[in-house]
Amino acid sequence: MIPELGHFALILALSLALCQGILPLLGAHRNDQAMLDVAKPAAVGQFVFVAFAFGCLTWSFIQSDFSVLYVASHSQLALPLPYKISAVWGAHEGSLLLWVLLLAGWTVMVAFYSGSLPKAFGARVIGVLGLLSCGFLLFTLLTSNPFERLIPAPPDGADLNPLLQDPGLAIHPPILYTGYVGFSVAFAFAIAAMISGNLDQKWARWTRPWTTSAWLFLTIGIALGSWWAYYELGWGGWWFWDPVENASFMPWLAGTALIHSLAVTEKRGLFKSWTLLLAITAFSLSLLGTFLVRSGILVSVHAFAVDPARGLFILAFLAVVIGGALILYAWRAPGLDSDAGFKACSRETFLLLNNVLLVIATALILGGTLSPLIVEMIDGSKISVGPPYFEIAFAIPMLPLVYLIGVGMHTAWRSQEPGPLFNQLKIPAIIAVVAGLLVPFFFYGRVGVLLVTGMIAGFWIIAVSLIQPIRSLRRKAGTTAITRSALGMSVAHFGVGLFVIGVTVVSGFSVEADRSLRVGETESVAGYDFELRGLRNVDGPNFRALEGEVDIYRDGEFISQLRPQKRTYLVQQSPMTEAGIDANWNRDLFVALGDPLGNDAWSVRMQYKPMIRFIWLGAFVMALGGLIATRDRRYRLTATETEKASTLSGELA
Amino acid sequence: MLRYIAPLIFLAVLIGFFIKGLDPDRDLNKLPSPFIDKPAPALDLPNLKNLTERVTSADYEGKLALVNVWATWCVGCRQEHGYLLELAKEEVLPIYGLNWRDQRNEALSWLTQLGDPYVASGYDADGRVGIDWGVYGAPETFLIAEDGRVLYKHLGPLDSFIWERDFMPHIRAERGVEQ
Repeated sequence: MIPELGHFALILALSLALCQGILPLLGAHRNDQAMLDVAKPAAVGQFVFVAFAFGCLTWSFIQSDFSVLYVASHSQLALPLPYKISAVWGAHEGSLLLWVLLLAGWTVMVAFYSGSLPKAFGARVIGVLGLLSCGFLLFTLLTSNPFERLIPAPPDGADLNPLLQDPGLAIHPPILYTGYVGFSVAFAFAIAAMISGNLDQKWARWTRPWTTSAWLFLTIGIALGSWWAYYELGWGGWWFWDPVENASFMPWLAGTALIHSLAVTEKRGLFKSWTLLLAITAFSLSLLGTFLVRSGILVSVHAFAVDPARGLFILAFLAVVIGGALILYAWRAPGLDSDAGFKACSRETFLLLNNVLLVIATALILGGTLSPLIVEMIDGSKISVGPPYFEIAFAIPMLPLVYLIGVGMHTAWRSQEPGPLFNQLKIPAIIAVVAGLLVPFFFYGRVGVLLVTGMIAGFWIIAVSLIQPIRSLRRKAGTTAITRSALGMSVAHFGVGLFVIGVTVVSGFSVEADRSLRVGETESVAGYDFELRGLRNVDGPNFRALEGEVDIYRDGEFISQLRPQKRTYLVQQSPMTEAGIDANWNRDLFVALGDPLGNDAWSVRMQYKPMIRFIWLGAFVMALGGLIATRDRRYRLTATETEKASTLSGELA
Repeated sequence: MLRYIAPLIFLAVLIGFFIKGLDPDRDLNKLPSPFIDKPAPALDLPNLKNLTERVTSADYEGKLALVNVWATWCVGCRQEHGYLLELAKEEVLPIYGLNWRDQRNEALSWLTQLGDPYVASGYDADGRVGIDWGVYGAPETFLIAEDGRVLYKHLGPLDSFIWERDFMPHIRAERGVEQ
């Protein structure tokens, strides 16, 4: 009964999404107030019914209702309750439902916070989002119904993939999807602006907080995914350039470009058509990622159940949505570009470079991800693209970008005299070069070209990101403090610096050792002594495990005890490595248990990972910067006040 | 004008590729190898576990053998690893590994942590031998006859279903001839 109610609620949500998608757009065209008024209630109603359906599926999981095919395939009686709940989005059908729910959620947020927008514009945005909801609801109902019954019901389920039975992965998809889906708001704003034909700077200002919010969720989501891969896959790697990882990374890069390009469009009215194109691109890459992951067109482990009908549906949807948006773009974009000029040395130039480099990086990753498919289609031959390609392809545009950030963020709009800029930046530059040379040498005892380049880049961004906040702290009484958006920018760039340092140190100074250890034996790795104290069998709710006790000492002083496990999940009989990690701000000690080698000896993998936390910390600080920027007051003022505020805050952001 | 319709053209081209890619007749796991029924390329690589030793095609000459291309960065390899261990345990036929474009220490810890189904693995760090073998992705598995011909080639993770459907008929045919 409950699953049928959920199914029915989804059908009702589709009907409401149709109203939400058609009436407000029509109303805005005809200037019909009654039709415009449909937008908000339809959006709220759609959200309520989707949330109800989502609740029904969750309920079926909690109750272990194995007469529902999706539950039977992805849960089990002994599965702990939190994982029963996270199993809802553990596979294709449920994660699609989560996607629909989040889309409806973003729409409701837009409906409630769009009070300061002109009514017709807000209704158009909600209408476009409604059309997107229709597409995804149809996709769910026609090809991927999560409520399908399985009669007779099996006595127990097939269990959730053990890789997914982990707190990191339980929260990673909702946050990642919030980011993915959030770009649909920027997309809807762009479409609404193009339909109305009124493409002044206001459009960019309205879009900015939404885009930044989506981007910050995507940032956290990707960081959580990387963190999960690090401790759960057990190899100590944190990024694998898998097609599915790339699918989340490309919208992030395009979204980052969009945030910066929106700044130019809002402040100076430049790059208008380019910004529109980026807004379309960021969301298109989210859709493309969905298509690649769910159609089985590329080989990837993360790939969901392969079904050609699903692939065709998303492809058709993709063609309509992106194709429609690009046709609109081809019609509206010519003649948009303003003739307001800027000098070669100006913030506009640096933001343009930022965009060019980010788009190059996106294109190289897209090319690498799709080339196996494209080459196969052209001449039938097969090529493989792995981390060696992606690492180089990504580093080439990113390294100059990282250095340019520091200059760009202190350059004035329109025109900047090189002299004052140089004076402002010379102290951070000296700090960066000195720290970049000394830190690797003194703390890690080695320097190299790539190492030093990376370290200087990291310290450089960190140093320049501090200039504005420090100046604001030391300002004279009565002068204006740093705006939230300028502070957000400084914080986010500070995060980039932490990230760059983390990546550089981890790739330069990690130590890994695989040794055979008997109980009682000690092995020294990077100055830490790892002693295998004992081994014992432990039983989990749905797995058995062999657990090692490893004591770590440094110079005779006890540091910590780690308990790595080798688990066997009973239903799927799959072995899993659960690493033991001692995390510290400046290093991780990582122990994973291998196989018995005979004579009571066990293979043990020990790793010393310096600064690896900075990689994820950097990402979280970037997201925090985004959060601060969205709190800027000028986004919350009504239209007339906004005009005043922007003259006051000057050209800071 | 062209620059405003260029994105549309790019999208159209991409969709064209995707439509071809979704063709139900295209089986990602069944791709023709120019080597099928031809002698397999020579294998001569340092042994992953002991770089002073070599793994060569002479090792499996006169035997029906599997050559499995794997790497630690390849998730499909992780997926099929349990099945390879099963095959090795049942001693159906010797399995040789071609560790392709990998980090040696990571490959070694992979084998110690997950188990080692291979008689021996050749270490192909720069992927040169992989090119000789026409490898375009990992995992990839070649079935080699006693006289060194490639009987069958599979792209993607192995499982019992694929094994029974695609490999066993060749193995039975070969072994049947023998009796």
